[in-house]
Formats: sequence, structure tokens, C-alpha cells
Amino acid sequence: MIGDVTIAVVHVVIMAAGAPLLVGALRTVKARLVGRRGPVPWQPYRDLRKLFAKTPVVSTTTSWLFRATPYVLMSTMITAALAAPVLSSRPPLAFAGIILLMYLLLVGTFFLALAGLDAGSAFGGMGSSRGVAVAALAEPTVMLAVLALSLRANTTNLGGVVEGLAHEPLLAANPVHLLAFAAFFIVMLAETGRLPVDNPATHLELTMIHEAMVLEYSGRHLALVEWASSMKLLLFLTLLANLFFPWGVPAVLGPSALLLGALVLAAKLAVLALAVALLETAMAKLRLFRVPELLAGSFALALLSVTAVFLQR
Amino acid sequence: MFRQLRLAARTGIVTEPPAGQAEVARLGEALAREVCARFGGSLHIRQVDAGSCNGCELEIAGLTGPHYDLERFGLHFVASPRHADCLLVTGPVTRNMAEALRHTYDATADPKIVIAAGDCAVDAGIFRGSYAVVGGVAAIVPVDATIPGCPPSPAALLAGLLDALGRRR
Amino acid sequence: MATAIYVVATLLGAAGAAIGLAGMLGWAWTVDVAWVVPLGGLALALDRLAGLFVALVGGASIPASIYALGYAGRQRRGAVAWVTFIASMLLVPLASNTMTFAIAWELMSLASYVLLVRRRTIESPQAGWVYAVMTHAGLAALLSGMLLLGAWTGSDRFADWAAAAPTLHAGTRSLVWTLFALGFLAKAGVIPLHVWLPLAHPAAPSHVSALMSGVMIKLGLYGLLRASFDWLGAGPVWWGTTLLLIGAVAAVGGVLYALVDRDLKRLLAYSSIENVGIVVIGVGAALAFRAAGAEALALLALTAALYHVVNHAAFKSLLFMAAGSVVHATGTRDLEALGGLARRMPWTAAAFFVGSAAIAALPPLNGFVSEWLTFQALLQNVHLADPGLNLVFTLAIAALALTGGLAVACFVKAYGIGFLALPRSTAAESAEEAPVSMRAGMMLAGGACVALGLGATVVVQPLLAVAASLVPAAAPITVGAGLTLYVSGGFASVSTAAVAAALAGALALVLGVLTVAGARGRPRRYETWGCGRLLQTSRMEYTATAFANPFTRVFDFFYRPVRRLEIEAHPESRFFVRRMAYANPTRFIVDDWLYGPVDRALRATARRAAGLQSGSPNVYLAYVLAVLLLLLAVA
Repeated sequence: MIGDVTIAVVHVVIMAAGAPLLVGALRTVKARLVGRRGPVPWQPYRDLRKLFAKTPVVSTTTSWLFRATPYVLMSTMITAALAAPVLSSRPPLAFAGIILLMYLLLVGTFFLALAGLDAGSAFGGMGSSRGVAVAALAEPTVMLAVLALSLRANTTNLGGVVEGLAHEPLLAANPVHLLAFAAFFIVMLAETGRLPVDNPATHLELTMIHEAMVLEYSGRHLALVEWASSMKLLLFLTLLANLFFPWGVPAVLGPSALLLGALVLAAKLAVLALAVALLETAMAKLRLFRVPELLAGSFALALLSVTAVFLQR
Repeated sequence: MFRQLRLAARTGIVTEPPAGQAEVARLGEALAREVCARFGGSLHIRQVDAGSCNGCELEIAGLTGPHYDLERFGLHFVASPRHADCLLVTGPVTRNMAEALRHTYDATADPKIVIAAGDCAVDAGIFRGSYAVVGGVAAIVPVDATIPGCPPSPAALLAGLLDALGRRR
Repeated sequence: MATAIYVVATLLGAAGAAIGLAGMLGWAWTVDVAWVVPLGGLALALDRLAGLFVALVGGASIPASIYALGYAGRQRRGAVAWVTFIASMLLVPLASNTMTFAIAWELMSLASYVLLVRRRTIESPQAGWVYAVMTHAGLAALLSGMLLLGAWTGSDRFADWAAAAPTLHAGTRSLVWTLFALGFLAKAGVIPLHVWLPLAHPAAPSHVSALMSGVMIKLGLYGLLRASFDWLGAGPVWWGTTLLLIGAVAAVGGVLYALVDRDLKRLLAYSSIENVGIVVIGVGAALAFRAAGAEALALLALTAALYHVVNHAAFKSLLFMAAGSVVHATGTRDLEALGGLARRMPWTAAAFFVGSAAIAALPPLNGFVSEWLTFQALLQNVHLADPGLNLVFTLAIAALALTGGLAVACFVKAYGIGFLALPRSTAAESAEEAPVSMRAGMMLAGGACVALGLGATVVVQPLLAVAASLVPAAAPITVGAGLTLYVSGGFASVSTAAVAAALAGALALVLGVLTVAGARGRPRRYETWGCGRLLQTSRMEYTATAFANPFTRVFDFFYRPVRRLEIEAHPESRFFVRRMAYANPTRFIVDDWLYGPVDRALRATARRAAGLQSGSPNVYLAYVLAVLLLLLAVA
């Protein structure tokens, strides 16, 4: 019982506290790659602290949903943190599988898209429309990519997948694994709103997807929404790290295991974040109506991965 | 794709340390201290063009480039005034933009500051007295700091912004 | 007078629900009265499956009748048809011989036809006509199947068919199954037999749509389950794969058409097609598993399908009732004329919101549980060794995942454009909240959605028992600690109660931390940010058509829109444009490729055949002579 509460607290703290650092580090690396000094990696913490101290402005055309959405987003992210195998392969919500996790994230998308429409501006509507389109098209790929892993581990429980795959040292060379990793990586870029699908740093409303939905938010509401979206990025990278390269995710948490797990996770996240930063710097944003082609390509990879599972039996 | 990365590796970091002088007029030490405490680490700026000739905009655009890089000081340009703490206003406020500037100011969340950049924003500059112009930014919204120049160079702008924040260079 | 009839309907529903629940829990009885119905007599039998559907009909009739009190209570027209409708729907699952079934089925169709055309709007004639044709085409297929089966087994009682099933020739079995599938799927409304649904639901009054969509199409699924699992015994695996593919097409096609629709009720009708597709996927998976020998997995898939049937009845009737409330208040179904209703009609908006969240399968509501179970059933196809079957299952999983995402988009559109921001017309501006009885009906259905979601561990047990009566096997779903459902040992588990608790706890944590940190000041109200423009009107909001634009573009191979641009220029110079008209309607593949050619072929044949009617009595006498000679030669 005490162990469960500890793990829950640790998961939430790591996800909530680590997410802004991840986003800040990404920004710093991207800045260095284009020849700028860039902000310090802990800049998002300063931004959040400043935002919490501001008085939010709420539009007169909105309903209760607009003010509720930031809190709902944070709640779903914290619940997702409790459900994902972040540091331990027995997370507090031990029953969670990829389906529950994806639908929890869809709760957040649902509320945020509605909040974008609530303000009654064309920007918000456009952001909502594009945002749900990308989310809908990314769903099949996510399901199939993790399905490929679940079939080999014979369980859809995420912790079970981690434990099942941790016993196979040569899995990185398996085509199933590589194809599923590639598919999930592409879909991660789409779901978290990174280049080449969506530019998180753009100022042109016509090029925005996620940003357009949050144009009306200010103060603590904006802080919560930005925080939740950085937690989403951390969640996806953690899933990529722990589901596909599951070494260093202990089942039982003692203090030394916790420390080792945290270090290994940090190392894996650093590699993945560097890959994301390199990709974002090197590639330009895709035209909006080319994004479905990219997602269809990732779906084809995921389908191949699942077919490979069946052919290998 | 890799050509971009190779170019980046060859070029390296080109950011220069901030230099340049600026005469910045600030309103009161107490306000400056409060601004520094609140926004010293992070200031999100929304640039508003209230009828300028775009000379100041081009200089402001240089701030986001690798040589002047205002992001290393925690300053960041944002798209929506709701996200902003600071309105960086340029141009003499023309009659057509007066209402829009007022709306932008009201749309920004409190607490906020307004910085008028360029001679036109300070007191309508060379357009002073024109029938199409209301008069500097202070005629429409309360201004907390000004950065004179026509146009102010990016170095001067950066120095002015940092000075307005009460930050050491 | 009409009010009394609706109260009778409510009581009838309650009685049905009680009987049905008793049947689900194991109480079985039969009623045989030989003289009431010709050619076989009245034969009713209650078993678990019948009990489930009787409970479903009864349970859905209660909130719908309460709602109807407020919606149509003053009008005498339609009240008797309403009670007849409910009564006939209660009889259909109970029927246990051909004649009783046919009479109950036909009574249900007639009553729903009367209710459908009751409002006598401009769309009623076509809606009624297409509905009548499709329902009777389905009945023709059904009766053919039943009569064939009766001829081959020598009895018209369903129980006898189940007993004689193993002795049937394989070709016979498949032929009969195909006829039954056609007939029942036409009633259920899967693509390509769905054409009556999008016409009938918008034309019907909302309480009628609620029951038609909530329970009547489920009776088609009831028939499919009876035919596939009870009357015909074990069938080949192609039954399962065919249903899987049909279900996948219906699910994705239904939600795609719902996405581009600007008529609120037609959107809900297409969404019904989508959900029926999901149930058919579950039924198909169950058939495939059973044919491959994995009985426990078949039980799992069947339970998932039954759960979705119950869930859909709950949230679809809720959505139709809320839509009816909107139509009642504003007089329009057009999403492009709605908006801003969340403030003017808070109860209706809350009901539609809960229904939208439930149908979008968001945890911890009921839609999530049944979709999760369906996914788990499909995921376990790894236990089958046939690669072709694995591929079909994988495609079904991909289709289901795509449907889930698209359903979220569809209902963001429906709720967001219909209820949020500013009203887009004076009709929406002057909307007022619905009367108490309509609100009560909606609240009941909404409560059912939440209860079916949070109480998944309680609901799944009787459903498992019902499914086990069709596919006897060891239970693949067990209930564990913390109200958790465990599927197939350790393969998967979920606990909606724990998720709800975690969400609530996280929300409390966030609010608590913010309060302690002092970051809870009141927000300032100001107008929406519009780049400094001076006026915020409803013309600046996003429209439903614009919202669906990304989907129209991505799926244009499916929608095949036809762009029409008419430019009327000034007579003296084509550079001065007087008027422009632009339309970009989507076309319906099924209409273009199936019903269009069939319709044209039928008309061509009819024209040719009309040549026989020359009008001359001499020719007709010659016909009579010729046929008489022919019959004498053959006999």
C-alpha cells in the first residue's frame, strides 16, 4: 500500500516536473543546431511560474467548457502518468493497456477541440478541425504498432509488455520491432504536434494546429494547457523508450532500483529527444494535406509489423 | 535533410554578447523592481504594428535571429496577446489602428507592460501633427518604457528591453 | 387522452423491462395459444437472449415515453401507433414460431411507418417510401429463409430448428443464413442496405427516432444472433469473416458520412450505422472464433457485441432526445443555423454532452467499455493459426481504431458547432429550455450511460450469461479486486471505476495545489481575440462544413464530391461578376454504384414489360390461353 502510493507519487512527480525540462531542453538543442545560444533548458519553469501569477482573461462567448478544459487536460495527463510504465513495470493503475491510454488522451483532445470552438473565433475552429483530423488519422497506427508488441508479449497490459519483452535481448534486430518503432515514432510526432506535422513555435495562425486551439487561453489556464501538452510529449517519448527498449524498468521498486531506473530513463529520453530535435531542425513542416499521406505511410509500416508477427509464428 | 545539419555543424554558434547603448525612459524605480521580479526570467512579447513604416519591424525581426537571439534572456515573441506580458508597439498610432491597439491592450492578461519602440511610437516621430495620426502610443494605452531610434538597431532594442526589465546585461 | 396513452406506454415499457430482466437472470417460460394466430398459432418463449432484448426495448421505452409526453403529448395522432410500436417490439424477441415472428415484425414495421410519416413534412413521402420498400425487401428475405428452413426441418417452431440444425446440409445452411443475414442486416441498417436510415430518422419525430435507432435496429441484430447461433447451429468460418468485413465497412462508412453532414438528426442516423457496424464486427468475430474452435473467445466477442447493443440504446436515445429538444426549441435541424445553445438550454446541452462523450467512447463512460471489450476480442485472434483470418481481424482492428478517432471528431463537430459559441441564427438566439418531461427523459437516459460505464463489472455478468446461452464455454471475463474486469486470464484488464477515481483525484490534486499556491483569482471577461477587429458576430465562427473540410479532402476518394461553380457575369462584360453560386456536395457511393443501376435496370425492365399491356382484350385472352396450355403441358 505504501509502496503503491510511493510509486504513484514518483510517477506523477517525474511526469509533471520532468515535462517542462524536456520541452526546454528540446528548445535549447534546436536553437544550438541553428547557431543560436537559445534559452536555458529550465526556461519553461520560469514561464509557468510567471503564467500562474497572471489573471486569466476569459472570452464572453464561452461556456463552462472553456474554463474546465485546462483542469480536465491536466487530470487526464496525471491519470495517464499513473497508467504508463514510466519507472516501474507495475504502475499504480496496473490494469492499463494502450487502448485505455489512447482513449484517455482522446478525452483531452475532445475537450481541447471543443474549447477551441467555444470561443467563437475562426482560429479556434480551424485548430479544432485540423487537430481532431490528425488525431483521428493517427489512431489506427498507434493501435497496430502497440498491438504488434502486445501479440509477442501475449498481453495488452503495458507493464506486461515491458516485462515480457525485457527477457529478449535480441529483439532490437527483429523487423517487427523496428517497423513498429518507426510507425510509433511518426505517430508520436503527429500526436504531440511536432514538426513535420505541426510547428510548435509558429506565429502564423494558418499554419497552426495545436497552437490555434489555445490562442484564447491566458494566465493559469494557459499554464495548465501548455504543461499538459508537454506532459503528453514526455508520455509518448517514455512509451517509445520503455515499450520498445524495456531494459532498466524494474518491477519492484527499491531506492537503488528507483535511482537506476530514473537514470536509464533519462538516458533513453535524452537520445530520443536529440533524435526529435535533429528531425525538427532538418525537416520543414509538411503542407497540412500532406500529413494524411505521412500518417498513411506510418499505418502501412504498422500493418507490416503486425503481419510480420503473424508470419513469424 | 542532412545538408541542413552539416551546415549547422560547420557554422556553430554565432550569437554575440549584447552591446549597444539605449536611452531608455522608465517610469519609476518601484515599478521597475516589480517588473523585474515578475518578468525578469520570462517575458512574452506581442509586437503590435500601429501604422509603422515597418522599419522598426525589420529591426525587431533581427532580434530573433542567431546574432542577437533574444530567447537566451527568456524573452519570446508570441502570436496572441492573451499569451503576452508585454506589448511592443511600433509606429505612430494611425486613426485606423487606434481602436485595434486599444482592443489588443484590453485583450492582454494582467499584469502587463507596454514598451513603445521607435521615435514614432514615442511621440509620432516625423509624422507628428499629421491628420492621419493620433499621436504616440501613450495617447491610446499607458506606456511603461520607450526605446527611441528611427529605427532603433537590434542591439539598441535588446539593450532597451533588458534595461526596461531591470536586468543586468 | 394522449397523455394517458403515453403513460400506458411507460408502464408497458416498465413491465417489459421487468420481464426481460427476469429472463436474463434465468427465468424461462413459454406461451402457446393455437387459435390467436393462423398457420401456427401464437407461440412465445422467454429465454436469456429474448430476455435481454425485451429488457432493452422496455428499458429504452421508459425515458422515450416520458420524453414523448412533453414533445407530443398534446397530439392524439401517433399515440396509439406509439403503444403498438412498443408492444410489437416487445413481442419480436419473444416470438418462437414463424407466423408469430412475422406478424410481430410486420406490426413493428407498420407502426413505425405510421409514426414516421406522422409529421407530414416535405421529406415524409420519400422517407416513408424508401423505408417501406427496404423493410419489406428485408421481410421477403426473412420469410424466404424461415419458410425454407421450415420446409427442410419440417416444423415452424424455432426450438425445433435449433434441434435439427446439425442435420442440415451445409449448402442449405449457408443459403438460409445468407437470406437471414440480408433480411436482418437490412433492418439493422448496415451499408449497403442502410439507405432508409438517413431518410427515416430525420423525418420522424425525435422520440420515434430515439426508439427506432435505439432499439428497433437492434432487433435486426437480435435476429442475426438467433439465426447465426441458435437456429442454424455451427456454421463455416466465412460467415464470420463476411460479417467482420461488412461491419468494418459499415462502421467506417457510417462515421465518415456523419462527419460531413450538417443535419443534426441525419448525423445521428449515420452514427447509428457506425455503431451497428461495431456490433456486427463483434458478432462476426464471435462466429469466426466459434468456427475455428475457440469457444471462450467467441463468448468474449459475443459479450462485447451485446454490451455495445445495450450501450448504443442508451446513448443514441439520449442523443436523439437532446436533438429533438433542440429542434423543438429552435425549429431547425441545420447545424449551420445553431450555436450558443449551451447557455440558453443548459440541460439539453449537458445531456447532449454526456451522450457525445459516451458515443465517442471516452473513459469512464459506457461506450468505452464496450469498445474496449470489442478490441480485446479482436486482439486475441493471435490464438488462431490461419494467416488469412489474422489479416481480416487486423483490418477490423484498424477499422475500429479509425472509427473511434473519427467518432470523436464527429461529435466534437456536433456539440461544438451546435451548442457552443454564438448562435448563428435568430432561431437559435431565441431558444428556450425544454419542458420538464423532456428533461426527465433525457436525464434518465444520461444516468443510464454513466451507470453502464462505471458499473461495468455489474453489467457484464448477466450479459456473459446471456452470451453463454448461445455459445457455451468457460467464462473469459472475470471480475477482480477494485472493480476490475479481467479478460482471458492476464491478457487484458480495465477498471472504469478506478479510472474515474483517478481522474477525480487528479482534478482534486490540481485544484488543491492551485488553491494552496494562491493561483485561483477570478478571471477577467473580455471579448474573443480577433486580431483587433471591431466586431464579433456569429459570421466569424467556424461552420460545420468548414469543420469537416479536412475529412472531405482526405477521404475524397470515398465522398467523391462534385464541385459546382456558377458565375453569372454582367451582360456587357465578363469581368463584372453579378452572382456566384458554389456547391460541393458529397455523393454516396452506394447510391451511385448499387441503387442507381438497380433502379435504372428495374425501370427499364418495367418499361419493356409494359409492352405486354397493349390494352386489347383479344391479346389478353390469348395470354390466358397460352398460360393455360403451358400449365396443362407441365402438370
